[in-house]
Amino acid sequence: MNIPRYWRTERARYRLLGETCRRCGKPIFPPRDVCPHCTEPQQDPRTFAGRGEVYSFSTVHQAPAGYTDCKPYTVALVKLEEGPLVTAQLTDVDNEDVHVGMPVEMVTRKIKEEGDNGVIVYGYKFRRPVRESADRH
Amino acid sequence: MRDVYVVGIGQTEAGEHWDRSLRDLGVDAMLAALQDAGVERADALYVGNMLAGELAAQAHLGTLLADWSGLGNIEAARVEAADASGAAALRMGYLAVASGALDLVLVCGVEKMTDADEESADQAWSYGMDGEYEASQGLSVPAVAGLLMRRYMHEFGVQREAFAPFAVNAHCNGVNNPCAMFRRPISVDAYIGSGMIADPVGMFDVAPLCDGAAAVLLCPGDRADELAAKPVHVRASAVATDRLALHSRADPLSLRAAYMSSQMAYAQAGVGPADIGLFELHDSFSVMAALSLEACGFAQPGHGTDLALDGEIGLRGRIPISTMGGLKARGHPIGATGIYQIVELVKQLRGEAGANQVECSLGMAQSLGGSGATAITHILEA
Repeated sequence: MNIPRYWRTERARYRLLGETCRRCGKPIFPPRDVCPHCTEPQQDPRTFAGRGEVYSFSTVHQAPAGYTDCKPYTVALVKLEEGPLVTAQLTDVDNEDVHVGMPVEMVTRKIKEEGDNGVIVYGYKFRRPVRESADRH
Repeated sequence: MRDVYVVGIGQTEAGEHWDRSLRDLGVDAMLAALQDAGVERADALYVGNMLAGELAAQAHLGTLLADWSGLGNIEAARVEAADASGAAALRMGYLAVASGALDLVLVCGVEKMTDADEESADQAWSYGMDGEYEASQGLSVPAVAGLLMRRYMHEFGVQREAFAPFAVNAHCNGVNNPCAMFRRPISVDAYIGSGMIADPVGMFDVAPLCDGAAAVLLCPGDRADELAAKPVHVRASAVATDRLALHSRADPLSLRAAYMSSQMAYAQAGVGPADIGLFELHDSFSVMAALSLEACGFAQPGHGTDLALDGEIGLRGRIPISTMGGLKARGHPIGATGIYQIVELVKQLRGEAGANQVECSLGMAQSLGGSGATAITHILEA
């Protein structure tokens, strides 16, 4: 990923920073110039909570260049509780344990490293929600 | 708008051409199409290609091929719409002739994948998706199909095995196509036992990326009989697009662009799905074949796989698909694929399909870009 693009997309990738349309009020992720629902060009920033569920998933065994060190890894379409679908890797999970409908929460993780001297790309991934231990209360 | 006819076709074998370059392959197909029509000149050339820049460090491909084929100072341009680049080039050629602007238009699709290693080819193929929010997450093109296949299986209660007939049918038809990359049949057992590429997409769910070039010569109605013994009429040409990223669509399992494009094509030709004798669909993945059948009105949502299981997609079935092997067995030389589909459809309509001949006078070809974000449909008539 080239450096200017890395910086441009940083807030969306680290914090799920998206938008709310100023006209129709619908949630938008990733942020874009024109509302995909009503074509309004004005939006207000909003951060998504990061909670959602797995809409679909696929475990990649044959990876494209740049991701071969990570295989096998599982990518998913995650339906955020606010509505939008997000494409992201799942993390802290056994590839065999994933199922459609599984609740997940967003975390910030390393996506890839571009060689020894290149950028380390961080971004959102999703894991099972961490529960508080039952005997604490 | 004038009527447009296909009066010349040409194709190289699809496969691994270690000793032919991108330009060699393009010229081979172009000269073959011109020779088929018995002409030596064309007014314009449109070239469909996706990855010449990324894999061959070669832009300006339309002009290069016009030069390299000896066509002189004609109009030329490369056209790109990811996997639908070939069909997009055909669309440009069609519009040029239909509008009256040009008479003889050569359209060539060409791709050279084997100059790159497999991982680089896979990475370049993923440039057809959203680079900022899909590819950057590690999503590969097979993984996109994996997401669709997994969701399809979940929503419609279908098992993996239900997709086997698409691969089996394609390979069965590839046997009799001398230009197909794979010419051996495969069994359902082989399909079930195959290794995973992007679970649940296995090795026999994915069309092979490869090298190849195909070309067609277009002309207006008043020159069709002069140039071809059996000119084929382009009854419809229609393009629609959907949100590029899979996650941006309201229902990822609904190929909206394919639906809209086919509906417009049916309306232009004044026909419906029941009138289509064969369908060269975009079987880049078996799930895309099922979804294409559904989007184009041949099956209800979730029942594209039933159509295949019931044998209706075979040469003697209700809606033959991949009649010369499809993307799965003939191969997927990405930017060339859309033109291979047209060449194969024309051969069928001319009665030149040999052992794979389907008796029909009206056929449809549809090329999809990315995960169905671009859909380009043509209906041809004998």
